[in-house]
Amino acid sequence: MSACLDIANLSAVLPNGLRVLRSVSLSVQPGEVRALVGESGAGKTMIGKAVLGVLPSSVRIVEGTMTLEGEDLGRLHPKARRTLIGARTALIPQDPLTALNPSRRIGPQMTDRLVRILGWSTQKADTRIRQLLDEVQIRDPDRVLKSYPHELSGGMRQRVLIAAAFAAEPRLIVADEPTTALDVTVQKQILRLIAELQREHGTAILFVTHDLGVVAKISQKVSVLYAGKVVEEADTAALFASPRHPYTRALMAATPRYTDPFASLKPVDETVLAGLAAEITAADQAWRRPHG
Amino acid sequence: MDEARIARRGLGPRLWLAGGWLLLALLAAIFAPLVAPQDPLAQDLMLERLPPFWMSGAEPGYWLGTDSLGRDLLSRLIFGGRIAFIVAFAAAIAACLVGSTLGLIAGYFGGWADRIISRIVDVWMAFPPVLFAILLVAVLGTGLSSVILAIAIIDWTRFCRVIRAEAMGQSRMDYVENARIAGYGRIGIMLREVLPNVVPSIVALLSLEMGIAIIVEAILSFVNLSISTDDPTWGGIIAEGRLSIHQAWWVLVFPLITLILTVLSFSQFGEALKTRFDPVLR
Repeated sequence: MSACLDIANLSAVLPNGLRVLRSVSLSVQPGEVRALVGESGAGKTMIGKAVLGVLPSSVRIVEGTMTLEGEDLGRLHPKARRTLIGARTALIPQDPLTALNPSRRIGPQMTDRLVRILGWSTQKADTRIRQLLDEVQIRDPDRVLKSYPHELSGGMRQRVLIAAAFAAEPRLIVADEPTTALDVTVQKQILRLIAELQREHGTAILFVTHDLGVVAKISQKVSVLYAGKVVEEADTAALFASPRHPYTRALMAATPRYTDPFASLKPVDETVLAGLAAEITAADQAWRRPHG
Repeated sequence: MDEARIARRGLGPRLWLAGGWLLLALLAAIFAPLVAPQDPLAQDLMLERLPPFWMSGAEPGYWLGTDSLGRDLLSRLIFGGRIAFIVAFAAAIAACLVGSTLGLIAGYFGGWADRIISRIVDVWMAFPPVLFAILLVAVLGTGLSSVILAIAIIDWTRFCRVIRAEAMGQSRMDYVENARIAGYGRIGIMLREVLPNVVPSIVALLSLEMGIAIIVEAILSFVNLSISTDDPTWGGIIAEGRLSIHQAWWVLVFPLITLILTVLSFSQFGEALKTRFDPVLR
């Protein structure tokens, strides 16, 4: 079975020459959840943006390929690429407060995409949206569809966004820290909802997070990212049972435990970071040589 | 919810007072021939410099007195309102259309479009506006349409600058990115996602600009560069009043009060409208 998303050897640089992605390779099989975990600044979000074609204009992809559903994104005409990405992917954003347009009602925001981009009838789009709102356990769809975003709570908005993401039956959803901006009690519900919808719809998810607890709950595969480099890749169960890379082990040790709230937070061990730095410098040198 | 209600209550009197005055002045201007007690152009040297109604020597029918040619001041103000409102609406709308469009393009597209438009705005704003207006009218010739054109040519930059900044902020929002992922075109996103969010500002600016247009028109009339000299204009009346301030202060004071109230009302009305148009503040 061919992969839903296949990233091979992807490197991206900033205008000052700094590599933000260092030969990243990963793949997401159809219906699979791949977690992308790392600390902030590791390039997790950057990978998501690259896949969706919304990298900041300052970031330039210098090598590597991204294949979505068998189509090489780099070879497609920009217009065709947009169409493909629009039809096959969706984003569950990090901050539900800024991801909905404040001056438009929820209903049109949700149906617009189905009607205008995918050419559905208004009737069909409306039915579909209501079905999805039901799946994300919104019990009063009439009120929600008529609301402006600011009239809904953060959790409600995230539900709306999840419903919107699944509405067009995308093959791949990029979930960019979808629970980070929510409070802890809501986080759990939202996570459960995403997992449930993912199972029912069989959608592949690239799940970006810094939270190892979330990784364990939702994903089958994990890629651990540090400074734009994949340092370890494994099945989730295997990773938690026996992490191979010292950074992964350190990251796990740094996770705060509810069972021992008085233990002070542990930063990642410095010798581990020094090892990583050496690894990355070596990789960068090896990378620069053939490129001049 | 409560906050919104408080905000609305606080804006209530402002909206109604400003809107009330504007409506009154506008209706008077539209129905000037019916409303004005006298012919604004009729001179009568027997009635020159009559004081307003509460002073001794006032004549009934000449509520705000007469000027040095015996013309009824109130009637002249009412007819002067016609010019003021025509200029206010036409010039402000023209400036708004040009400025907002360019501002939206510069702010949303950025890059070269932004660089070119912003440089033009910078150069434009380096001219002193009143001098620029006088120059333009001198070149275009006097008359209603050249006054309107001159004001629009000068003041589109106000819209452009504000709307550019707002559009720029909007274009970085997540919902704009989301629309790009969904596959909307750039122009579609600009009109659908960005424009609705800058409309409240456009409305507020439009109202403010109407007040500014009235002032500019008054200044041009004051220096005799507006429309033909026969029709009364507020600026023209003020210019005449200045000459006779020691004998008849009312000829200067009443048009000034009218002008100030109208300009103030436009700016207040704009603020209130902005709040009404904004779903978050509403």
